[in-house]
Amino acid sequence: MRMRPVRLMASGLFAASLLTTACRPVQEHGPRWGKAATAAKQADDTTKSTAKTPVKTVAAQFPVAPPPFSDGVFPCSECHGKTDVVNRTPHPVEFHEDIVLHHDEKNRWCLDCHDARNRDKLHLADGRLIDFTESYRLCGQCHGPTLRNWKAGEHGKRTGSWSGEKQYLLCASCHSPHSPGFKPLKPQPAPVRQEAIK
Amino acid sequence: MRELPTLPAMPAPEPTAEGYTRREALVMGLFALAAAATTTGCAVDRQAFDDFVAKHFKDLSPAELQDRLAQMEKRYTESYGKPVKVSATPAQEGVLFGYALDLSRCIGCRRCVYGCVEENNQSRDPQTHWITVLEMDKEDGVNLQNANAFYDHETVPAPGKFYMPVACQQCENPPCVKVCPVAATWKEPDGIVVIDYDWCIGCRCCISACPYGARRFNWGTPHIPKDEFNPVTEYLGNRPRQRGVVEKCSFCIQRVRKGLYPKCVEVCPVGARKFGNQLDPDSEIRYIIENKRVYILKEELNTQPKFFYYYGL
Repeated sequence: MRMRPVRLMASGLFAASLLTTACRPVQEHGPRWGKAATAAKQADDTTKSTAKTPVKTVAAQFPVAPPPFSDGVFPCSECHGKTDVVNRTPHPVEFHEDIVLHHDEKNRWCLDCHDARNRDKLHLADGRLIDFTESYRLCGQCHGPTLRNWKAGEHGKRTGSWSGEKQYLLCASCHSPHSPGFKPLKPQPAPVRQEAIK
Repeated sequence: MRELPTLPAMPAPEPTAEGYTRREALVMGLFALAAAATTTGCAVDRQAFDDFVAKHFKDLSPAELQDRLAQMEKRYTESYGKPVKVSATPAQEGVLFGYALDLSRCIGCRRCVYGCVEENNQSRDPQTHWITVLEMDKEDGVNLQNANAFYDHETVPAPGKFYMPVACQQCENPPCVKVCPVAATWKEPDGIVVIDYDWCIGCRCCISACPYGARRFNWGTPHIPKDEFNPVTEYLGNRPRQRGVVEKCSFCIQRVRKGLYPKCVEVCPVGARKFGNQLDPDSEIRYIIENKRVYILKEELNTQPKFFYYYGL
């Protein structure tokens, strides 16, 4: 049978990928190839590099939709002043009663993610401040494999172009950070049964 | 090697005064006779005649194709009351499309079904859906005999159930293409199995050959409300179909050949649907095939689908 070049190429690629997968030792950290691998590498470089060498940051590689703030809550510094006395012991808060924490609430509370001194930022576990637009870095501290899959395009929704520019969503766009379980939806109507079609 | 004798050149057919060639006029006469024999008083209009004698898509010369597209655009623009674009975008080089669907994430909300209906101008009455969402028991696994496409819950996902949307699997080894007696359906270089609606004779052999139940037949005249009609159409994709022809998912050929994601990918609220070029090692589809537990529906039939179900969690 005559094989077309595309099919030959496809089968060749497939065989090659099989071979390489079989021969390669298993590595635990991050994707080994592709854009995501480059992204991870560049992210590493960003943290290591000095201010002199401009490296494309993770934020520039994953342009995300704006964070899904409730109406009128941002910027937080409108209400929270920098000079406020902060009680750092976990305690019930008087405001934001609409927020019900259902996200490992026994072990965590507001200031584990929100920064007490700069209310318009979040902070990572090591204290580095990040913008709300980069909140996936915060989520990735616990949900590492999910962040890896998100960067590779496996987790989460992407829209736009399969071959070019894509739009990404923040973790928080689908999972409320305070209660991240995906909420059930009402399904669209069932199809008409064949016997009912006139 | 022996020189082959050259055939004497045929003179180009001369058009008659009405713009028909002699051959066309003869066929038209036959067509009129046949029409008169079956339904008395049926006049031959240019449109029905053009469709009847239209060449197979692959046999159209570039100029004939342009004529045909212009004809269609004019006709659809008139019937749907807005400017309609019909294109015949060729496949991109070095592209073999692939689709992946995360069974662990799909919640069965059917947003994809209705997004597809709107994008691809499927008939609203009688109803045609290219995507069927099957509901199955988690305990039972993928058991198509106990699958239910007509579930109707207040909210989804229902406890203990999982969902498996099924549409055309765009097989590399498509049984539907093998059985078509008139070659009205074929596989394009980028892997999409397409249909020439004007060449389809409506024998439905492909429907019975498809192991995925992905093909749909227009038993009645398709009806699409004018305001819901999608005017961006493709010759081998979502242009309006007529009664008596088969249609099916084309990976949104009118979108993906221009680099866009298919509509179902864009409307899925849980991001369960993934699309890309299987030949691009950086694409998300390759990442999934290489890293995830991929499941092929009815793999034992060797249809080699380009549609991969997987378990992301």
